[in-house]
Amino acid sequence: MSAPTLSKRKARPSAPTDSRAARPEPGAFRQALKRNLTAHAFLIGALLCFSLFSWYPMVREFILAFQKTENGETVWAGWSNLTYIFNDPAFWQAWRNTLLFTALALVLGFAVPFAIALILNEFRHGRGYLRLLVYLPVMLPPVASVLLFKYFYDPGYGLFNRILESVGLPGQAWLQDTDTAMLSVVVAATWMNMGGATLIYLAALQSIPGELYEAAELDGAGVFRRIWHVTIPQTRLILSLMLLLQIIATMQVFVEPFLLTGGAGPEGATLTVVHLIYQYAFTFNNYGSAAALGLVLLVLLAGFSAAYARLSRAGSED
Amino acid sequence: MSTRTLISPAQLARPRGKFLYWTAFTAVTVLFTLVFIGPLYWMVISGLKSPQEFAQTPPTLIPDAVHPKNYADAWGVMDLAKLLFNTLYYAFGALAFQLVFDVAAAYSLSKLRPVFGKAILGMMLLTLMIPATVLVVPQYLTVLDVPVVERNLINSPWVIWLPSVTNAFNIFLLKRFFDSIPRELLDAAAIDGASSLRTLRSVVLPLSRPILGVVSIFAVVAVWKDFLWPMLTLPDPGKQTVNVGIYSLAASVSENWLLAALAIASLPTLIIFLIFQRNIMSGLTAGSLKG
Repeated sequence: MSAPTLSKRKARPSAPTDSRAARPEPGAFRQALKRNLTAHAFLIGALLCFSLFSWYPMVREFILAFQKTENGETVWAGWSNLTYIFNDPAFWQAWRNTLLFTALALVLGFAVPFAIALILNEFRHGRGYLRLLVYLPVMLPPVASVLLFKYFYDPGYGLFNRILESVGLPGQAWLQDTDTAMLSVVVAATWMNMGGATLIYLAALQSIPGELYEAAELDGAGVFRRIWHVTIPQTRLILSLMLLLQIIATMQVFVEPFLLTGGAGPEGATLTVVHLIYQYAFTFNNYGSAAALGLVLLVLLAGFSAAYARLSRAGSED
Repeated sequence: MSTRTLISPAQLARPRGKFLYWTAFTAVTVLFTLVFIGPLYWMVISGLKSPQEFAQTPPTLIPDAVHPKNYADAWGVMDLAKLLFNTLYYAFGALAFQLVFDVAAAYSLSKLRPVFGKAILGMMLLTLMIPATVLVVPQYLTVLDVPVVERNLINSPWVIWLPSVTNAFNIFLLKRFFDSIPRELLDAAAIDGASSLRTLRSVVLPLSRPILGVVSIFAVVAVWKDFLWPMLTLPDPGKQTVNVGIYSLAASVSENWLLAALAIASLPTLIIFLIFQRNIMSGLTAGSLKG
């Protein structure tokens, strides 16, 4: 229900520690049965919860997408939910906005934490304090951080326009303007969420052997060439994993636009795919279309998830 | 502590390097403090301002007159005691359910290894591959009428507690930790006649304190931060969480009260963070890959 955490990359069954070779012994069957009963007794709570609240909804998502409710009766709808959403102009607008959000969030939310991690890694003082600062917003309840930004964006008494005016720039309408609404949402979302990524990059940077930088420096490489030829290749795996995670997470953005602009924003400028799912389901009670749109999102993200799983498996086998 | 990073120590030791380092360090520290503490400071002091002062341009950085009563008013008008109590109740209930069911499941999968154990773990991990937001609609329909038991869980704490157990990531973290506990310890306990439950309680759990701490903090913070799910499943204002309650009252109270309420709502997770920051930050990179 919550947004995927940064550490989901560990989603991979660990290698078996030792194989359970069954040795035929007298009474072995009864022992094995007893052992299995105990083991399954320990599993039962989690199994029931997963069945009811994860696995069953997963199956239901697929069924719902091909059903619709007419006069209180649930009937088979075939592909009509899908054709309905494809013909809805909001569908294309939501996808355009979501892709714009993802692109902007990659420029900001991917590059900024990496740059911050690079800078923090150079400091020999106050690192604990700076790390604490960067992670602080992650711990705020989203309502608090988002409503705060709403006040900062206020065209009248908002802090951002005051700052712009104090350096002689014209104030912006921020969330009310179709051109700046999405960017404003991305800036707020980046501020709220980048702490986790920064700390993960910082941990990765600390594992780079110092000799590599030394060697590069002896070869006459400047700071930027050292970043390009040492830092980035050495953190390539983490960078690509975080990139995939970021894409998976940002394509599911909901809370930030919902709280900042009511979801759709000016002329639907911040309407995202997940908000459209929300609208179909909870505004129009059209669960079939909501599920069909969810399925489209699922299919699109499945590719990224699969790439992610492959990469993280390859990475942990090194 | 690494000895060598991007910039060489020799370069930093030179007067020019030293000067640049301290300039950059001061600039970054000031900038970060402004960017990350600034909004929090603004939230706290705006809650102390009068409505007139809050709406005035330019905004004041230090309130002309301090109105601590706003905090008391917000507390009373928005019934924050109730909202905070609800959130606490859901968060610690979810923690209890996760500690009991997820620890038991991870222990079983790691140490008791039942038939189909691998398939079960695989199915659990599969849920991490499905985008969470896609499942919100079918999950909502499920809690409206839970199959088999045929109960409607809307507005009941179960709607937060039971789905929180389906945290495959926590189960995976726990299982990985349990895997690292040597077999011999468990065998010794078994020879002494300890049952599986006794082994879990007296051998595995005491050894697993660090990971239990990390999982617990994440479990509590997740409930505290969640928005969409509690908004959908707890429509009764008397049952809402702090996030949802403040959101639904936001338009109807004055702005300085709202900001006071936001400050109060932020306090618990910030306190958790400041106390447990070491665990949280190590948990974040726990078992993560080397770059």
